[in-house]
Amino acid sequence: MATPTLNVEDLSVDFTHRGTRISAVRQVSLQVAPGECVAIVGESGSGKTQVFMAAMGLLAGNASVDGRVCFEGADLLGTEPAQLNRVRGSKLTMIFQDPMTSLTPHLKIGQQLAEVLVCHRQATWGEAMSAARRMLERVRVPEAARRLNQYPHELSGGLRQRAMIGMSLMCDPALVIADEPTTALDVTVQAQIIDLLRAMRAELSMALVLISHDLGVVAGLADRILVMYAGRIVENAGAAQLLRQPRHPYTAELLKCIPSVTGPRWERLPNLPGQPPQAGDSPAGCAFAPRCPRAADRCRSERPLLQASADTDGPARGVACHFPVLT
Amino acid sequence: MLRYFLTRLAGAVPTLFIIVTISFFLIRAAPGGPFDQEQTLPPEILANLENAYGLDQPIWTQYGRYLAALAHGDFGPSFKYKDFSVTELIGQGFPVTFEIGSIAILLALMLGIPIGTFAALRHNSAADYVSMTLAVVGVAIPTFVVLPFLGLLFGIYLHWLPVAGWEPGSIRHLLLPTIALALPPLSVIARLVRASMLELLSSPFIRTAFAKGLPLHTVILRHAMRPALLPVASFLVPAVASIMTGSLVVESIAGLPGIGRYMVQGALNRDYTLVLGMVIIYSTLLIVMGLLVDLLYAWLDPRVRFER
Amino acid sequence: MSSLLEDAARRLRSNPAALGALIVFVCLVALTFIGPWFNANAGDTLDWSHVAAHPALQSAHWFGTDRLGRDLYARTLEGARVSLAVGLVASAVSLLVGIGYGAIAGYLGGRTDHAMMRIIEILSGLPLIFFVIFLTVIFGRSEYLLFLSIGAVGWLTMARIVRGQTLSIRRREYIEAAVASGASTGRIIVKHVIPNVIGPVVVYATLTVPQIIMFESFLSFLGLGIQEPHASLGTLIAEGAGEMEAAPWILLVPGGFLALLLLSLNIFGDGLRDALDATEP
Repeated sequence: MATPTLNVEDLSVDFTHRGTRISAVRQVSLQVAPGECVAIVGESGSGKTQVFMAAMGLLAGNASVDGRVCFEGADLLGTEPAQLNRVRGSKLTMIFQDPMTSLTPHLKIGQQLAEVLVCHRQATWGEAMSAARRMLERVRVPEAARRLNQYPHELSGGLRQRAMIGMSLMCDPALVIADEPTTALDVTVQAQIIDLLRAMRAELSMALVLISHDLGVVAGLADRILVMYAGRIVENAGAAQLLRQPRHPYTAELLKCIPSVTGPRWERLPNLPGQPPQAGDSPAGCAFAPRCPRAADRCRSERPLLQASADTDGPARGVACHFPVLT
Repeated sequence: MLRYFLTRLAGAVPTLFIIVTISFFLIRAAPGGPFDQEQTLPPEILANLENAYGLDQPIWTQYGRYLAALAHGDFGPSFKYKDFSVTELIGQGFPVTFEIGSIAILLALMLGIPIGTFAALRHNSAADYVSMTLAVVGVAIPTFVVLPFLGLLFGIYLHWLPVAGWEPGSIRHLLLPTIALALPPLSVIARLVRASMLELLSSPFIRTAFAKGLPLHTVILRHAMRPALLPVASFLVPAVASIMTGSLVVESIAGLPGIGRYMVQGALNRDYTLVLGMVIIYSTLLIVMGLLVDLLYAWLDPRVRFER
Repeated sequence: MSSLLEDAARRLRSNPAALGALIVFVCLVALTFIGPWFNANAGDTLDWSHVAAHPALQSAHWFGTDRLGRDLYARTLEGARVSLAVGLVASAVSLLVGIGYGAIAGYLGGRTDHAMMRIIEILSGLPLIFFVIFLTVIFGRSEYLLFLSIGAVGWLTMARIVRGQTLSIRRREYIEAAVASGASTGRIIVKHVIPNVIGPVVVYATLTVPQIIMFESFLSFLGLGIQEPHASLGTLIAEGAGEMEAAPWILLVPGGFLALLLLSLNIFGDGLRDALDATEP
């Protein structure tokens, strides 16, 4: 493969709180190819967001990081802040979950978009504001010129998220990380945002990382899906394959939980019993074992490693399970 | 937003009116008269004096005449400083007090905000602890202890600055009084800014600003500063009130010819009109400050503008 | 509930600054009472042979004397006693008034509460000193006035806090039970509301006491407070300020004492508030 846009090698992130050390990310490795859309799926606490917080240099002060993260071949974790600031916001950008709290309340929308260009491309404010207006039009914000001069609280949730997306695309990034971009929005608006992301990818052909706890949301957009549980990657496969034939029991259970309009009507909604392990625990063996319907003794004592799973059609896939589902 | 401001302005006028009225009647209701401290005067002279000052009129007449005079900026004669009217005394003293007070509040803001910001950025470092300790000292030790101590150190031992006295336009005479006055509000402002900045630094929109690759100074100044200053804006009116209170002491110690000194003298000499005039001036100042702070809020937080 | 206090006590114990401050404060207070034993001089004897003498540990006057030959050690301790006494009495009064006012406002709620809080709002805006000066002009200088006006310093904040606590307690079940069993409003306030409000009250008391001591010194400094021949730290500092050039110790001794007193109270109060504040650093 050509140089992957993002290459994460053996990344571990720990947080130290009042003396105790909590592992959020445990030895995660992944790659994002240029132009690829990779979805990272998992419950809250699975570590999916922290992987990319580490990449962006946005971890909290009590975090310690181990491993490597390379963006377009260059190391991100070890660079100086000035160098990191050149990359993030321009070539490597991030969209956050709640656009109401993630946009600065006292600055106009136009300003918040324009400042990206002013900072990274040394544009004048005049040029940057025109570019901002064009971007708002591009992300399908109606009455873009008027919206430029409004404050975040004057826009609806969907429009705010569009503005956030626009903000992340100002400098034509190579990779956009979208952290739960639809979670804080109404269901009807969610679909619009996914459509927008799809359209933007088609126009700009940037790589996209989609972080979500909802497989249904990522299904229409992702090329590849990674499933994380308790800080580790447990499955990695092409989107179509994963959705058709999940190998890891956790993935299989997740798929069962997606409500479907056309599928059978359930008496009770299916759900996964139990809880993911507490952030501080380091269980021996497979972390999913307590909740896994297929668990055996081997699962409880020996932690399964992510292994390539033989497959005749489609891209390579991996699964971390002693007894993967093979149908 | 203009409508919001005008409503507040309209509300301020009755408040001032009430203050004037209550003050007037309270003072007149006091036992004894303004001439009690003189040696007992023969009744005819007392009657003449009272006539001259209009004190033998019915109280409502006195009130009406006072208000009328007030509308012309005439606060009446001083009972103690017989050669001067209160208006003249205010005219002489107010510029001095205003100058010192303004410099003090500006100092408090210009030093307090950066100190608080740096303390937040260097949370839990030595610099943080040192500055916050100094802030406690600044608040705990009263101005009338700080100023003489400063005078002792810089004036008498080091001979750098004059201990007391006043020359118009002289910075050397300004320095110690304004520093002593600024110290308590400076300390509070530093603590307020540090606390709100710390909270803001972990908020989502600041995280977004960092994610956009903006340099630290841009994130702090453009994105964090305005919300961080909201508690400081709330504190501005109490800060000015505390500087007013402090000025009484500072002017007395440093011998500055401001209205603070007149306030104290007026109290000690039971000079009614003088004290009444001072109270009106100070209250007006505070009310004006309050209105300005309201404007400031609207600028700091655009959401406020839309609430009215 | 008690584990909250234990938690707080533990946090307080691990705060060296606050503990140090408490020790300093206790020592200073102890000194004002037992200090005179160590040095036989009285505060009002005029020693004409040692006017404005420098402090000297070998001489009879450890901290020197003032312009009238009075021993500064004794005078300072006496001034401190007065300041502390006035401070504590006035604090107690203002606390009682504040707690009572706040409890009543919070318990009665509705329009009464609203009106009572408006009054507090208006009073909070006025710098107290002007109010005091006002009263002084009207009634002349008197030490009763002093107590009254000083007491007026602290009750506002206390009333607000107690009212807030009362409002939240009012809705709890044991209050409903008390009402249902026929207890009178007054009884409920005294027996149920007030004991549950003690926590924050203690904390803000540590804020209020230094404020009140400072205010009394301030008034005395200006000449509006304690009058001759009584001395308080404020009057002593005023004297000292006048003698700064010739005899600086007349300023430094009472000034330093007051500064230490207020500083230690403030630091301890800060530590206490941090310890009782449930949120993490």
